[in-house]
Amino acid sequence: MSEMEPIVSIKNLWKVFGQKPKDLSWEQMKSTKNDDELKKTGCVAALRDITMEIERGEFFVIMGLSGSGKSTLIRTLIRLVEPTKGSIVFAGSDVVKLNKKELIEFRRKKAAMVFQNYALLPHRTVLENAAYGLKIQGMKEKERLEKAETALETVGLKGWESYYPGNLSGGMQQRVGIARALATDPEILLMDEPFSGLDPLIRRQMQDELVELQDTVKKTIIFVTHDLHEALKLGSRIAIMKGGLVVQTGTPEEVVTNPADDYVKEFVKDASPAKIITAGLIMEDPDLLLYRWEGPKTARHLLKKSKKEYAFVVSKKRELLGVTTLNALDKVLKEGETEFGKSIDTDIARCTIDTTLEDLFPVATNTSYSVAVVDDKGRFLGEIRPRMILDAMFQDEEEEDV
Amino acid sequence: MFKFPEILSIPMAKWVDSIMQAVLDNFGGFFDLIGHISLIMLMSVERVFLAIPWFVIVIAVGILGWKILASVWKGVLFSILLMIIGSFGYWDLAMMTLAIVITSVITALIIGIPIGIIMAWSRTVETIIRPILDAMQTLPSFVYLIPALMLFGLGKVPAAFATFIYAVPPVIRLTCVGIRGVPEDVVEAAKAFGSSRWQILFDVQLPLARPSIMVGINQTTMMALAMVVVGSMIGAKGLGMEVLLSINRIEVGRGFEAGLSIVLLAIVIDRLTNALSKNGENTAGNGT
Repeated sequence: MSEMEPIVSIKNLWKVFGQKPKDLSWEQMKSTKNDDELKKTGCVAALRDITMEIERGEFFVIMGLSGSGKSTLIRTLIRLVEPTKGSIVFAGSDVVKLNKKELIEFRRKKAAMVFQNYALLPHRTVLENAAYGLKIQGMKEKERLEKAETALETVGLKGWESYYPGNLSGGMQQRVGIARALATDPEILLMDEPFSGLDPLIRRQMQDELVELQDTVKKTIIFVTHDLHEALKLGSRIAIMKGGLVVQTGTPEEVVTNPADDYVKEFVKDASPAKIITAGLIMEDPDLLLYRWEGPKTARHLLKKSKKEYAFVVSKKRELLGVTTLNALDKVLKEGETEFGKSIDTDIARCTIDTTLEDLFPVATNTSYSVAVVDDKGRFLGEIRPRMILDAMFQDEEEEDV
Repeated sequence: MFKFPEILSIPMAKWVDSIMQAVLDNFGGFFDLIGHISLIMLMSVERVFLAIPWFVIVIAVGILGWKILASVWKGVLFSILLMIIGSFGYWDLAMMTLAIVITSVITALIIGIPIGIIMAWSRTVETIIRPILDAMQTLPSFVYLIPALMLFGLGKVPAAFATFIYAVPPVIRLTCVGIRGVPEDVVEAAKAFGSSRWQILFDVQLPLARPSIMVGINQTTMMALAMVVVGSMIGAKGLGMEVLLSINRIEVGRGFEAGLSIVLLAIVIDRLTNALSKNGENTAGNGT
C-alpha cells in the first residue's frame, strides 16, 4: 500500500470558527495550545493542524465524540466547510485552491457523500433520488435512470424504485442514500455517521453489507462515526479525534492493543478484544509438524519423542491434510500400512488469519485438537490451542491488575 | 401643559408631495406606459371572463372542486354558491371583480415569489425588505390610493395597483419562510453532489417549500379579495362598487346581496387554493 500514491493527503489543515479567523497568523494558530488562548481572539478551533494520508482502496474511519471535529473534517474534504488554512491534495490537485466552477465539477465527479439523516428528496421517487447525482451532472434521463437502477440493485433495493422515501424505513432510506452516492461512480465515498440513526439490529446488518459492498466496488471510503465498535468492525485504519486533534491513527488492532494516550485508552476500554484480535496475531508454530512423505512409522516415533498425542500432517507444499494421533497410527501400523491412509483425521477445525477471537470460540469448542490456521490455498500457517484464546482475551485485564 | 416644540416638526407631508410631483414630472410617461399595459391586461382578462358563458364557469368550478377536494358534494356546493351570485343578478360584476383579483394576484406572484427567494438567500435583503412589507400591510390602503390615483388616474388600473400592494406581502413572506424551512441537510446533500445555486433552487428548495408557498398564494388571493370594496372607491367596477353605492344610498338589502356575493366568491377561491396547498403537503411533506 505504501508504494501507491495516497488518494487524499491532508497537510496542516486548520478550521477556525469565529470572527475574522483569517486574520490569525499561521504562527499564532500554531502557538495556541488550548482553547482559552484562541478564545481570547474570539475564535474556536474545530480542526487543529490535521495531517493525514488516506490510501487508495482504504476503509478509513474517523472516530470521535461529538464536538471532536470529525464531521467538520469530512466536510472540509469537499469544502462544504471552508478550511481556514492548510491543504487537501485529492488525487493530485489541491481542493482548497479550486475555484467555484472547479469545485462544483470536483464534487460532481470525484467524491460522493452519505449523510446521517439520509437527506433524500421527499418529493422524488427512490429511483429519482438514486439518480440525483447523475442528474446534476447533466446526464440524459434514460441513461441516468438505468445507472441508478443498477446502483439500487447493488444495495438490495430492487423493486422499490417507484416508492417515495417517506414510505421506507430508516435503513432502506439510507440504502437509497448509498445508492445515490454509488451511482455517480465516485473515486471516494464519504460517509458521515450513516448508521447512527438506525436501530442496532439494522445497523449491524448495514455494517456487514457495507463491508461486502466495499469488497465488490473497491472504493476508498472515509467513514465518520462516534461508535468505537463500528469503527473497529469496519475500518482498515482508524483515526481518533479529540478537540480538533487527531490523537491516534492506526489499525483497529493497534488502537486497541496499544492506545496512544489515556483518552484513547478510556475509549477502547470497553472494546471487547474478541472482536478485534485475530487468529493471525496469536497463532504459534506447532512444536511438531508431520510431513506426509515421512510415513506413519516416523510419525509415531516423532510423536512419542516429543511426548505428544497428536500432530498436524501436511503435504510437501505445506497443504494441511489433517490430524493424526498416536492411537490411529498404532492401528494402521498393525495393519502393515506404509502410508498414513486412514490414520489422518481430515475433519478438523480450521480458520484463517483474519478470523477474530469471537469467531474462534465456536470453532475451538467443537474440536478436541488445536485449531489450524490456513491461508486461502489451504496451506498450514500455525496452530491455536484453546488456552491461547483465553490468554489473549484476558491479557489486558491481567496487565491492569498488576 | 407642555406643547411639542414646533421647531422639531418634520415637514414630511411637504417632502412626500414634492417627491410625488417630481415623480409625476419626470416619470409620468413611464407610469402612463405601465398603466396602459396593465389596462390592456385587465381588460383582456375581464373580456375572457365575461365571454365565457356563466354555466361553463359554474360547471368548471364544480369539476375543479370535485377533483381537487376529491369530493363530489363539495364540487356541487361550489357550483351552487356561484349560482347564488348569479341569482342576485351580479354575475357580470362578479366576473369583473374576479378579473381584477386574478390579474393582481398573478402580478403579485410573478413579482413576489422571486423577491421571497432573494430574501431567503440574503439576510441583508431580508433586513431591508421586511420593514417595507410591514408598511405595505399596515398602512391604511387609502393612503396609497391617492398616489395610485395620481399616477394612473381613475379606474381599474389604480385599483389593481392598490390590490397588488396590499396583497403581495404574504406570498413574499411565505416563500421566504418556506425556503428557509427546507432542511439544511437536504440542501447540503445537494451541494455535496455539486449542485449549482439554481439546481438547488429548482430541484430542492422550491419543491420542498411548495406547501408554504401555496399557503402564501392562498393568503395573497384572500387579501386581494378584501381590497375589492376599497378599490371600487377609485372607480373600479365590480361587486365592490355595488357595496359602495348601497352604502351611499342606504339600501341595506342591496348592500347585503353584494356583500354576500363577495363572501361567496371568497369562500370558493379560498377552499380551492387552500386545497391545492394541502395537496402539495401530501406529496412533498411526508419525509421524515
